[in-house]
Amino acid sequence: MRDLRKRYGDFEAVRGIDITVQRGEVFGLLGPNGAGKTTTVEILEGYRARSGGEVSVLGEDPAGRSIALRRRIGIVLQSGGIYSHITPREALAHWASFYPHPRDVGEVLALAGLQEKADVRSRRLSGGQLRRLDFALALIGDPELIFLDEPTTGFDPEARRAAWETVRSLRDLGKTILLTTHYLEEAQALADRVAIVKDGRVLAIGPPRELGVGAAHYRVAYRDSDGELIERETDDPTTLLHELTAEALASGQRLDELSVGRPTLEDVYMELTAASSREGEADADVPDAAPSEGTSRREASRA
Amino acid sequence: MCLTPLPARGRRVARPAVPDAVALTWRQYRLERRMFWRNPSAAFFNFLLPLLFLAGAGAALSANQHQLDRLVPMIAGMSVMSTTFTALAYNVVFLRERGVLKRIRGTPLPGISYFGGVAANAVTNTALQILIIVLAGRAFFGIGWPVHWLALIVFVLVGVVSLAALGVAFAHVIPNFESTAAYVNAVFLPVVAISFYVFDSHSAPGFVRTIAEALPLKPLIDGLSAAMVAGAGLGSHLDALAVIALWGALGLYLAVRGFSWEASRT
Repeated sequence: MRDLRKRYGDFEAVRGIDITVQRGEVFGLLGPNGAGKTTTVEILEGYRARSGGEVSVLGEDPAGRSIALRRRIGIVLQSGGIYSHITPREALAHWASFYPHPRDVGEVLALAGLQEKADVRSRRLSGGQLRRLDFALALIGDPELIFLDEPTTGFDPEARRAAWETVRSLRDLGKTILLTTHYLEEAQALADRVAIVKDGRVLAIGPPRELGVGAAHYRVAYRDSDGELIERETDDPTTLLHELTAEALASGQRLDELSVGRPTLEDVYMELTAASSREGEADADVPDAAPSEGTSRREASRA
Repeated sequence: MCLTPLPARGRRVARPAVPDAVALTWRQYRLERRMFWRNPSAAFFNFLLPLLFLAGAGAALSANQHQLDRLVPMIAGMSVMSTTFTALAYNVVFLRERGVLKRIRGTPLPGISYFGGVAANAVTNTALQILIIVLAGRAFFGIGWPVHWLALIVFVLVGVVSLAALGVAFAHVIPNFESTAAYVNAVFLPVVAISFYVFDSHSAPGFVRTIAEALPLKPLIDGLSAAMVAGAGLGSHLDALAVIALWGALGLYLAVRGFSWEASRT
């Protein structure tokens, strides 16, 4: 998509987004609520007309809403309902009939973890089970491109991990996936590349790893001799570690619970959103050292 | 939990390259039928309510054949309205607010197949309802078989299409599912009341009669009465048919124009 724009009356929800998603890639749109993620995805899905810019989905303009295109995509909406009195097996069999080359209903039920609930009416399913049914219905047509709009919002950690596994197994099949999320760790866990979106614009784009290294700081944490947890931020962890360990060895101290934390997307995100909101305040005195209080208590577990 | 790659496209099980819209309409119809029977409250509104009406009023009027002759077409007309206008307004609002319509719109199911299935479902419900009323009229209320089958079928069909379209169109103004009953009854009950009153009474004031004649239900009851009881053919009620058809045209226009596949986000 190039310079994608969407205006609702006076409000411009999407203000010029340029993104190219490669085939076979898991691409994450990451941003807070109201950033324009869902609007963007719904333009790609053909639900909404754009106000400006160019969009191509699998070589077609989604605004044309061709049946040929819809056969090749699978959609997990942020909140999509289903008939109250249908069972997952019936829903999947019905949905399968829409597509020229559907997957096997049993296989998709298994993939979504719904075998035991296959013949239970949807009104008796839990929220998590309904979400799995959303996944299953999006996969039944064996799509090339899958849209996941906040696929795990409201999940408990276990359900989230299961959903992540499903997404990974889809990627392993060579599916292209565009997902939106406001969970940083989700983008980090799943996406090959991430675009961080706020106020309808892309703040940063790239692999989560690179975004992390480029924009935020490593955190080195340890307990000092008084048992107090010290956390320091640096762009050069090697030097800092060398200094710390040299000092400690020289004075015969131990650096208990020493850890080095790679910057998480959360750090990047905080920094980028802080930076973009600072742009508006012309007279603000902008110090270079940004995050301090908010991040100092966090456990830095990754080494 | 893993997904196996499907075999290359050429080796897949042969299916028609384009599952055609007719087959999909049929499938959607069958799904709608199954969902209908599984939903007790819909079954109640569509079937039981008019039949209870018929039984109650029929018992009260059982001594008066003339009044029974008028009652049966009235109930038949009301049934057409409740199985189409009421049922579809409910259904569309429910599916829209729950996000089912939005989900369906994201699939390759052609819109025409979806609405074809939904419409066929409404036609089936109405046909069943009319059949039950005809049978009940013959068994309990001393009314013979409909005199003009053709006129009956034409009036029922035109009535179904018109009132179904009006039901879908009316769904557009209902903001959320919780208020559906209030909105639907605010239209359904007055229309039934004025139509019944004018149909049954020769002393109705002129302006009330004019209003009732301009609404679709009274002409429908006239047509059904002629076909089921009085024995006048189709030709004698062409003006009534025209009124219903005009409402249908308006209903179809509004139903298509304002149709919304998703709940408004406000």
